[in-house]
Amino acid sequence: MRPDIVVIGGGTVGAAIAYGLACKRQKVLLLDGDDGDFRAARANFGLVWLQGKGLGMPAYQALTRDSIALWRGFTEQLEAETALDLAYEQNGGLAFCLGEQAFEKRRLDLLRLHNQRGDDEPDWEMLDRSALERLLPKVTLGPDVAGASFGRRDGHANPLRLLAALHAGVLHHGGALRHRARVQRIERSGTDFKLVLDGETLTAPRIVIAAGLGSPELARQVGLDVPLRPERGQVLVTERLEPFLPLPASGLRQTSEGTVMIGATKDHSGFDVSTTGEAAARLSRKTVQIMPALAKVGLVRQWAGLRILTPDSYPIYAQSQSHPGAFVALCHSGVTLAAFHAEDLAAAIAAGALPERFSPFHQSRFDVPQAA
Amino acid sequence: MFRKLHDPGPQAVTIFIDGRPVTAELGESVAAVLLRQQEGWSRTTPVSQSPRAPYCMMGVCFECLVEIDGQGSVQSCLTPVANGMHIARQQGRRSLSA
Repeated sequence: MRPDIVVIGGGTVGAAIAYGLACKRQKVLLLDGDDGDFRAARANFGLVWLQGKGLGMPAYQALTRDSIALWRGFTEQLEAETALDLAYEQNGGLAFCLGEQAFEKRRLDLLRLHNQRGDDEPDWEMLDRSALERLLPKVTLGPDVAGASFGRRDGHANPLRLLAALHAGVLHHGGALRHRARVQRIERSGTDFKLVLDGETLTAPRIVIAAGLGSPELARQVGLDVPLRPERGQVLVTERLEPFLPLPASGLRQTSEGTVMIGATKDHSGFDVSTTGEAAARLSRKTVQIMPALAKVGLVRQWAGLRILTPDSYPIYAQSQSHPGAFVALCHSGVTLAAFHAEDLAAAIAAGALPERFSPFHQSRFDVPQAA
Repeated sequence: MFRKLHDPGPQAVTIFIDGRPVTAELGESVAAVLLRQQEGWSRTTPVSQSPRAPYCMMGVCFECLVEIDGQGSVQSCLTPVANGMHIARQQGRRSLSA
């Protein structure tokens, strides 16, 4: 098959775009990396999250909101096509506040975000301790918990099943998926792109670079400079427990299987995916402060992954000016934004141009202006 | 299946398994006592609810998890018996409070 478009990067971002393109009857080839690569999609925490996001970047707030609005329909379609259960729940989400000062700061932060957006009905509220206790009848809160912010649109899903479903969905719609397919070089060949892999060459008129931390080197070859840095996140997971947490919290959620995920650190340790005892201790301490009973629960695993961070932490969506037909899509909230990537972004890429609403996410915002 | 070969004499203690008093001997593990019971299983798994019994008896397989004195998921093969100890066979996922 000669593909209409090749998506480089089989993580949650690349797979969502490829799935969306395949749904739009594009002949898609999705190239996934190797198990030795940094695979953020396999380390994800699994929140589908709005509250607290986008301060200083209203377009990101809007993007996140749009994606969450699409999530339910997106999940239902994927589940119907792949028979995988993504365990998506949207019962709202919490951010616990330890101490009155943290509670007040959280309120002001969310108020600023709310004001940035305009005068719509708020879709969040601050819950004091007694309101929180009513919401979580099976939990005894630690003495320092002053309350929490509650975001009505927040939720969570199984990020590994999402990834598996996107891969299956690409195949379902006639696309192709190849693992251990590392693109070494991108060359121009007339109006086509020639992708040089280990021992073979692929040709396609359009490409999407969604290769996470491997993207800068590829993007440079099509005239796009994408500044990225890794940020390590470490996560803990407990043994399976009877359901006690009816909704997820930032950094603390009970999965549909019953395990409790605890996260996540923000470490600046370069390209290092090792876990540390210090992080396990810090995450455990914070969690036990919120729910002391968790101190007696067994931890079964700890892992780390690398977030894909741009200088302002917001996504990059761009088409190359020097190499039209080459797109780049990079972000760190691949789960939350998956529905948007599969629908709006894939539609724009299929149409060949990113509309005006994507312009705040162009990578040129990081270009340093020439000195006068 | 398993039976005690000697009378513990003065080393005898009473522990409770699912509320039923059972004689045990100081120095033996809770798992050893569980293996002597009529009902051979000591927990059901959180995934398939299949019954499980103590297996490796040396702390590596985690098949012998039970609730001991209110604490869930304790490795019974690593826990020596104590007089008056309460053991509960653990069914499926444990609760946060146990």
